[in-house]
Amino acid sequence: MPENLFKINAKEYILPGTRACQGCGLSLAYRYALKALRENTIVTLPACCLCVLHGIYPSTPVLIPALNNSFASTAASASGLVAGLQALNRTDITVMAIAGDGGTFDMGIQALSGAAERGTDFIYVCYDNEGYMNTGTQRSSATPLGALTTTTPIATKQQHKKDFLKIMEAHDIAYLATASPSYPIDLYDKFVKAKKIKGTRYIHLYIPCPPGWVYPPKDTVKMGRLAVETGIAPLFEIENGRFRFTGRSKSIAERGNRLPVINYLEKQGRFKKMNIEQLHQVQHWVDGKWQEYQRRSQE
Amino acid sequence: MSNVQIMTGNQAAAIGAKLSGVQVVAAYPITPQSQLAEILSQYIEGGELKAEYVRVEGEHSALTVCISASTVGARVFTATSANGLLYMHEQLHWAAGSRLPIVMCCVNRGVGAPWTIFNDQQDSISQRDTGWIQIYCRNNQEILDTIIQSYRIAEEVYAPIMVCYDGFVLSHTMMPVDIPDPEKVREFLPPYQAHTILSPEDPRTLNAVLFPWRRANSEGVLCDGYMEMRYKLQAALERSPAVIQETSRRFAEVFGRDHGGLSWGYRMEDAELIMTGMGSLASEATQAADILRDEGIKAGVVGIRVFRPFPAKNLKETFRGAKGIVIFEKGISYGYEGALSSDLKAAFYGSENQAPVHNYIAGLGGRDVKARELADAARASWAEMQTGIVEKPTTWLNCYTG
Repeated sequence: MPENLFKINAKEYILPGTRACQGCGLSLAYRYALKALRENTIVTLPACCLCVLHGIYPSTPVLIPALNNSFASTAASASGLVAGLQALNRTDITVMAIAGDGGTFDMGIQALSGAAERGTDFIYVCYDNEGYMNTGTQRSSATPLGALTTTTPIATKQQHKKDFLKIMEAHDIAYLATASPSYPIDLYDKFVKAKKIKGTRYIHLYIPCPPGWVYPPKDTVKMGRLAVETGIAPLFEIENGRFRFTGRSKSIAERGNRLPVINYLEKQGRFKKMNIEQLHQVQHWVDGKWQEYQRRSQE
Repeated sequence: MSNVQIMTGNQAAAIGAKLSGVQVVAAYPITPQSQLAEILSQYIEGGELKAEYVRVEGEHSALTVCISASTVGARVFTATSANGLLYMHEQLHWAAGSRLPIVMCCVNRGVGAPWTIFNDQQDSISQRDTGWIQIYCRNNQEILDTIIQSYRIAEEVYAPIMVCYDGFVLSHTMMPVDIPDPEKVREFLPPYQAHTILSPEDPRTLNAVLFPWRRANSEGVLCDGYMEMRYKLQAALERSPAVIQETSRRFAEVFGRDHGGLSWGYRMEDAELIMTGMGSLASEATQAADILRDEGIKAGVVGIRVFRPFPAKNLKETFRGAKGIVIFEKGISYGYEGALSSDLKAAFYGSENQAPVHNYIAGLGGRDVKARELADAARASWAEMQTGIVEKPTTWLNCYTG
């Protein structure tokens, strides 16, 4: 819908020449997130792919102020920024903490849980590329079952992905949403909405990763679409406890044309060792989650 | 006009932070620091102190909150003890590397395992190499005054400061403390004006990744590499003894109290046997000096206030007349000796002062050390030194060693 494209802030906050990998899904998502949040924003981030995207001192392609922090401390850093800005009467600034799945599901969970419980007024973004991609594709608790990683190099990951959205929802936060760089308008709208809401807001980005997932860089948008179309990465938002499918997931839920997960899995080298039983397990797992979301969307 | 009240060390610290006009406090409770975290929350909730209090979920986050709040230009405060300090370790380096003027109290306590809640100084001594200035206090008045001084020092040299005081021995012991006039404190310590703040008005990426070498910016100007930045931290700490001394002198002018700057002395005029240590143990040694003086031994005490940066130059001068040195420490570098002992001996290297040095480890995990016991140890060492025993293995005082 072209009219939707026109509403997107034309200003760019990331100049050409980032150090991200070719075909990086995070670059796309971050570009639209910053367009939605605009100038009056401070970002805090741990050591992660985004830290690489931000460049090597003394140059950076990013025009938004950003603070690098240690790995476990992203959400605590946001708490400090919010408290400091509050103390200095700078309450007009949006604070965005952004970390990968390793820095969120694993090492950052304590600080994030603490900040969310305190109702800290900030946006937390998890960009989930399903592994420790910056350090060379090691397994995280966000890695899906059956995926090869450099620390599950032969047997593949034996456990399902941690349902982190449930954990965040259990904190009764102000706003929770999922988004994909393959659907930039849906993503943009969610950041615009999140910016206006007070309290802790959590946005989960499903980020396809060419080197980590083992597919050609040109297919990033396609891979993100397949993740949504198979129900592996449903697009939704939860506001005041009310669940709502959005964008492509909404139409899939209405039309019932969700694709089988094999369409997504078969295109990625990381699943090449997956056996038929694991394939069924993943399909069963995704079906269960999807049905739960569908039930909630009808409540 | 003085305003003397009877209070614990933790109360004195809380008042010190309040008078310093801290704007963000982040703390997580741990014995024996807890009372300090509680009093500050009372000040803030009761409106006595206009500040944000972040009740964090752990010490790693406590210091992270301080780091980030300081980055946007707020004056920040936190406090911890023992394992809480160890849990912060990563962020101690981060705070110093970020060159932020954070002030933190370490209410000294022994570290686990096995558990102890009682006092020694292993916690802060173990953080020696993190780039923080460490100041050890000997009484509750000094705690209050040192916090105020520390903000002035930290904000001048851009290095964080750990104000250390002994758990229970000071933190929970009532002493008379003269509370300085808030107006005078504001004059002595004006509001914090950061030279760099993270702000949308001047967007920067702070603490970005660096390559090993210096690198040109978009205008072709060569900028610091990692090593240059680290050198600047070292240079700031090397510069800080002069700032600490000047701040101490200025504080004495305004408030009439001088805690000694880098170190303090007791009965040092003609002292031949010098006992030394940090915090309340050094304070205790002053009574031991009195006992030894009564026996005709020319004993004195040097209390080392600033452990990092190590004031080697100053101490070389202070110990010039020593004929024997006895060091009491509430911590040890396991596998060698007390850290203060190593540092002090290294300070004398190549100098004329080659007095024998005996090292005693005392009071670990809160084990009581009486002045009489310090005097006994020093007397025994003095006798040994007369017979030519220059060095001897580190002695564990009041400890059953089998």
